[in-house]
Amino acid sequence: MAKPKIATTSLAGCFGCHMSILDIDERILELVDIVDFDKSPINDIKEFTGECLVGLVEGGCANEENVRVLQDFRKHCKILISLGDCAINGGLPAMRNTIPLKECLDEAYLNGPSVYNPSGRIPNDSEIPLLLNKVYPCHEVVKIDYHLPGCPPSADTIWQALTALLTDKPMELPYELIKYD
Amino acid sequence: MSENFETAIRSMCEGVGNDKARMMDIVREVQETFGCVSDDAMDLIADQVRTPRVEVESVVTFYAFLSKKQNGTVVFRLCDDIIDRMFGFERLKHAITEELGIDIGETTADGRFSLETTPCIGMCDQAPALMINDEIFTEVSRDTLLDYVEQLKAGITPERLRRRLGDGNNSNPLVSAAVSNNIRTRGEVIFAPLECGRALKKALSMSPNEVIRDIKTARLRGRGGAGFPTGMKWDFTRAARGERKFVICNADEGEPGTFKDRVILTERPELLIEGMAIAGYAIGAQEGIIYLRGEYAYLRPFLEDMLQKARNTGMLGKAIFGKQGFDFDIRIQMGAGAYVCGEETALISSCEGLRGDPKNRPPFPAQKGYHGYPTSVNNVETFCCVARILDQGAGWFSQIGSKGSTGTKLLSISGDCRRPGVYEVPFGIKLCEVLEMAGGNGAVAVQIGGPSGQMVGPKDYNRTICYDDLATGGAMMVFGPNRNLLEVVHYFMEFFVEESCGYCTPCRVGNALLKDRLERIMEGKGEPADLDYLEDLGVTVKSTSRCGLGQTSPNPILSTLKNFRPLYEQLVHEDQPFQATFDIQKALGEAKSIAGRPSMHFAE
Ligand SMILES: Cc1cc2nc3c(=O)[nH]c(=O)nc-3n(C[C@H](O)[C@H](O)[C@H](O)COP(=O)(O)O)c2cc1C
Ligand code: SF4
Ligand code: SF4
Ligand code: FES
Repeated sequence: MAKPKIATTSLAGCFGCHMSILDIDERILELVDIVDFDKSPINDIKEFTGECLVGLVEGGCANEENVRVLQDFRKHCKILISLGDCAINGGLPAMRNTIPLKECLDEAYLNGPSVYNPSGRIPNDSEIPLLLNKVYPCHEVVKIDYHLPGCPPSADTIWQALTALLTDKPMELPYELIKYD
Repeated sequence: MSENFETAIRSMCEGVGNDKARMMDIVREVQETFGCVSDDAMDLIADQVRTPRVEVESVVTFYAFLSKKQNGTVVFRLCDDIIDRMFGFERLKHAITEELGIDIGETTADGRFSLETTPCIGMCDQAPALMINDEIFTEVSRDTLLDYVEQLKAGITPERLRRRLGDGNNSNPLVSAAVSNNIRTRGEVIFAPLECGRALKKALSMSPNEVIRDIKTARLRGRGGAGFPTGMKWDFTRAARGERKFVICNADEGEPGTFKDRVILTERPELLIEGMAIAGYAIGAQEGIIYLRGEYAYLRPFLEDMLQKARNTGMLGKAIFGKQGFDFDIRIQMGAGAYVCGEETALISSCEGLRGDPKNRPPFPAQKGYHGYPTSVNNVETFCCVARILDQGAGWFSQIGSKGSTGTKLLSISGDCRRPGVYEVPFGIKLCEVLEMAGGNGAVAVQIGGPSGQMVGPKDYNRTICYDDLATGGAMMVFGPNRNLLEVVHYFMEFFVEESCGYCTPCRVGNALLKDRLERIMEGKGEPADLDYLEDLGVTVKSTSRCGLGQTSPNPILSTLKNFRPLYEQLVHEDQPFQATFDIQKALGEAKSIAGRPSMHFAE
């Protein structure tokens, strides 16, 4: 029987959650024994090659490309997991949510104290994905099956969750793994 | 603040002995006189009856017919209920908002006209209906309404707009209402001829316990909806300790689609008064209250007169019919537009001059009710049955109807049927027989018992009207093949969201969530899992709410999910591209206009 596949992506995140995936250390060898990695920054596969069992999504949706990728994940993954606080709540990027988009752009490209921009233009190449009016947590955009909180969730948490899902066992998340202070 | 204003308000308080428990009477009078209960008025009332000002404000802001902001001299209240929506509400709303140049909830700049909507005013058999101040107008066409507005603008008062008076006592000078009774069938219990006083005399010749025993033998159950055995309720109230005891008649009739109590109050008030006096005798109460819904204020002068007549003939007052030691009198308490006040503990709160919040039970009203005294709350029709039972005998009564549901039941039938109106039928009658009588043969669905009841379809038409099968407080709304049943369900959910008192989270929040999810499905954005969500949440709201409102409010959804599931199933799809609340075009709107280019991933 073919091994089930998993996919991962980082949307509006800092890659910290992916670092935490790598923090499972040598257990990654155990992981590749039971799964194959499909689309993921870890193996640099850019597009899905088929259906996956689990998708891990880091970061919320800040622009249209994030939305497209997230939709793609929803389409290809049986179980979709919001990994980390940015995916779950919008996180740090969502701090812009109380400020109108135009003001954010002006501050970033024109008025900010450290800005050097003699052209006085806000980048507007047609290749640049359009920003959303605000940063959305993933579950507000598509249906999400599980949420793993933490900034980032610890490697042990990710490990527990993944192995439980892959072996069809109940998830055991002892208090130490979901305590954040 | 003028001196006259202050004197007027203070004297209104004095009129009820500065008793804060009569807050409803005070604020109603202030509202009627000044068109609002302003901040100044609330200060004065609080000062005069010595209560914290917040107590006054909590009452004023709770009831739909009371307002802090100044209303126009003439207030239009269009009945915005499902039946009226079926029979032209939108047309009327459109015409009048255009004519007055204001929206619902607004007042014209000259301060003359206010426009509001209200749920069912109990005229569903003659929809569309509206109130102009306390006057009721039914079967109103667009042209008639515009004509009314024109006349009112010319200075005619609302009473003088009436073009005709209704049948029976509707044309009694004290009622003078353009309302029809539409009594279609008369049974032996409520609408049979009556000899006033005979039942009460008979009761007084027996001991109170014997009276209660008769009610039990007749196996009378409450007609207000819940069907609790009346004899048992009275037993509890009689047995409870209390220096005073009370009999309250629930004439709130707020369940949309119900209008049979209105007809009893118009045509059989004597029977009601007699039944209440018998109840007073049976449980040992000296005081009775009729809680009359604000929408029926036009019946008040008539009912006051009937009470006075009863006093004159010795049916009310001291030593009734010469029976030493039995004194009993009745006062009318007006409501002010709140459905939840039909719930008996909320009704008691309202009678006590408070917001119409339900109370925790136990203690039940039979133990601690009005002001903490043992109280029996019964429906209008229940009291009428009581009088008839005493008059004709318990055995006679229990022969009528079915085994578990004795006697007759008044049904108020409206909607898509040729003969809407009030039907007195024996319990145990089949739904199809009722539909046949009312000329509603083509019905695809019938709402039994109002929004809190259930919606059934043709496969249930052979079932019977009784407490153990299709139970109803009287409402029966008929829907023909052209109606969108989900719109009906949606209206009912809107109604509950609006009428929830807000005390408990499952009801306050749960109903709003149910309504939102239903909307999502109706917009075609639902998925199959949403149906499970509705079912789960509905059951949670029912089982965790404090009072009967929340315990029944998910019924429109739950009963249609059960009986009309394909309606939902054809609207939901797997694989929705987005969550229903996410709108990608809206989310990209700002950026598109800033960048001046279209989206590369999501074409419009
Ligand atoms: C939200 C709500 C509204 C109600 N409205 C009415 C009403 O308008 N009239 C009525 O008689 N009972 C109404 N009831 C039922 C009363 O709480 C109570 O059961 C009834 O008045 C008892 O009288 P009965 O035993 O004679 O039926 C309502 C209950 C709820 C929960
Ligand atoms: S949750 Fe924390 S670690 Fe993960 S992407 Fe957001 S900021 Fe980075
Ligand atoms: S169930 Fe609803 S109406 Fe009843 S007490 Fe709770 S919030 Fe109020
Ligand atoms: S009076 Fe309008 S629906 Fe009952």
